[in-house]
Amino acid sequence: MEKVYINSIGSISAQKTFDNNDFLEEITTYEDNIIPVIEPNYKDFIPPAAARRMAKGIKMGVVASKIALEEANLTDIDAIITGTGMGCVRDSEKFVTAILDNNEQFLTPTSFIQSTHNTVAGQIALGIGCKGYNFTYVHSSVSFESALIDALMQLELKEAENILVGGVDESGEHTNAIHKLIQHIKPEKINSNELLNSKTAGAVFGEGANFFVLSNKKQDSSYAQVLGVKTFNTLAISDLLANLEAYLKENNLSATDIDVLISGNNGDIDYDNYYTELTNGPFKNTQQVVYKHLSGEFNTASAFGFWLGAKILKTQQIPSAVAINTIKTKGFEIVLLYNQYRGKNHSFTLLRRC
Amino acid sequence: MSTGVAITGMGIISAIGNNVAENYSSLLEGRTGISHISKIDTVHKGSIMVGEIEFTNAELEAKLGLSTNNNYSRTALLGAIAAKEAIADAKITNIKAYRTGLISSTSVGGMDMTEKFYYDYLESEDNRRYIEGHHAGDSTEKIAEQLGIDQSLVTTISTACSSAANAIMFGARLIKTGKLDRVIVGGADCLSKFTINGFKTLMILSDSYNTPFDENRKGLNLGEAAAYLVLESEFLVKKEKKKVLGYVVGYGNANDAYHQTASSENGDGATLAMEKALAVAGLEPKDIDYINAHGTATGNNDLSEGRALIRVFGEDVPEFSSTKAYTGHTLAAAGAIEAVYAILSLQNNIIYPNLNFKTPMKEFSLIPQTTLKEKALNTVLSNSLGFGGNCSTLIFSK
Repeated sequence: MEKVYINSIGSISAQKTFDNNDFLEEITTYEDNIIPVIEPNYKDFIPPAAARRMAKGIKMGVVASKIALEEANLTDIDAIITGTGMGCVRDSEKFVTAILDNNEQFLTPTSFIQSTHNTVAGQIALGIGCKGYNFTYVHSSVSFESALIDALMQLELKEAENILVGGVDESGEHTNAIHKLIQHIKPEKINSNELLNSKTAGAVFGEGANFFVLSNKKQDSSYAQVLGVKTFNTLAISDLLANLEAYLKENNLSATDIDVLISGNNGDIDYDNYYTELTNGPFKNTQQVVYKHLSGEFNTASAFGFWLGAKILKTQQIPSAVAINTIKTKGFEIVLLYNQYRGKNHSFTLLRRC
Repeated sequence: MSTGVAITGMGIISAIGNNVAENYSSLLEGRTGISHISKIDTVHKGSIMVGEIEFTNAELEAKLGLSTNNNYSRTALLGAIAAKEAIADAKITNIKAYRTGLISSTSVGGMDMTEKFYYDYLESEDNRRYIEGHHAGDSTEKIAEQLGIDQSLVTTISTACSSAANAIMFGARLIKTGKLDRVIVGGADCLSKFTINGFKTLMILSDSYNTPFDENRKGLNLGEAAAYLVLESEFLVKKEKKKVLGYVVGYGNANDAYHQTASSENGDGATLAMEKALAVAGLEPKDIDYINAHGTATGNNDLSEGRALIRVFGEDVPEFSSTKAYTGHTLAAAGAIEAVYAILSLQNNIIYPNLNFKTPMKEFSLIPQTTLKEKALNTVLSNSLGFGGNCSTLIFSK
């Protein structure tokens, strides 16, 4: 089996991450329960006329993928695999609203077309003329990890050499409004610095696009090796540690081999106890990192965690904004990511320095 | 030819039947499921025809034994019914005995409930339980729960009209690489105002019975359906002495990279998908005995797909037909519906008629099979082509 590397990255998030030379030097703090991305100047990447027609999710996905392709020094790619929980949800909202408000009359196709979940992957393919394999996974908080599993299988078996993998989700007004009503979004506005210790129910919703070129050919720009990823549709809290230990063992690792644990806790008191099983348990004395106070929660937020892991391994630095303890300051070899959303769709991802 | 991945069970619910046996008898009898819409109150009622499943949501809920305060979308209800039939067909009694995953697909997900309660959610608490049922993964989660699949690989694919074909492809690869011992693969989509109006704005809905590959075709009829296959590893088949219904021997996916919704005139994506699938199967075009075409009866699809068939098969295109005139275009479910039909073809050595065909297209001399035909079949190729240029081909063998 071939080894698989993260050869490049492209990130648009609620922090200024679209410049690959930066690494969370400047942190934007928010006092809200919904946070937007910091957008690059899209005109630097997409012709303005085309950009005007594109949904925000498409713009974010196209630009993040361009940044990643450029860094990997590629103009074409063997496959494009995306994950998205909700697709271009603003266009879904727009189309439903138009149907309801105008009694199914006077509709135009643009928002319907853009609401299709694979529209971002399709637009990226269209933009670079890529006729290769093109898949989109849409399964809540394992959407991005499903895309990773697919890409790893192809690269490990040498069915492809370079694959663009990404997670993208945009925030939608109606979707946010109704998720406030069912307390999936916190009722109160909260400061990013206090979010993860908020002790209240619900999350702060965000959005973002994080794209990567994965390859079985290591190059100068390579960030890390992807050792593997595993997802679970359900996992009782009492079964979490046993399953994690088994997964580490499959990779000939144990908890003590992990240099950095990146947790996807989002400050929701009802579900963050999954993470404390790890952070207060076998990883109590491990360097711990968090990120959802910077990115917000969304279905593909874990792709931002993946970006963070790649950056840490390449730069061998942990920005103070994401470190919650100081166990280790150098020599980061292996990173473990753990994520779940509302107690479902769990994932473990392992990265190694390369 | 590669040995492929064994199919040991299948289940289906569509406008032409509520299970595999009913679907097969409708196919044999040439009985279409296309009619005027009865379950959705749309202003387009009189001007479109659809492939609708006869059961109401309440009837489907009763079949599944759900409580009245459940939050199943119709997509989830249809999916659960079909997936349960597939499990029973594969005679699986203990789903936890082996590493079992679920790869489902959908394009509308819970949109049927979202469009119903969109404003109501803001005013009243009564139906807010459906909010969590909107996202595309929800129907898959519910199907997993119905089947008792837990602590496992469960995910959802949404690539428009090729979704279920891609779910079958991904599932087959998970078995081939040994990541799972057993996987349930397929897709589900219900009808909704969202898709009816979406396709209406694209002006590709027919006001009459759809006529695939006909010169005077007027567009597609939307349909609702769900279908699932059980795929099992070679090891498991041997160990449990499972009856094998057929094999997935080839698969290929490619992107047309031509337009957001339309297919390229020369069918580049479809050609590539078929070529890849043949290569994976280790087959030559001449080895294909029957093609279940995507054949949606839109002007664009049938021309593009027809040209792709000629590019791959030359002058000797084997018998082909589209079954969309029976079921309507069932979007994300279509690839799984037609996979079930392909297996039934192989089991019974039967080619289904392409209903409603009268006049050959002027661009080429392709003529679909228009009558039920018996032929010794060893391989069937099935195409699914979708929005976003997404083109997929599956090849099944005895």
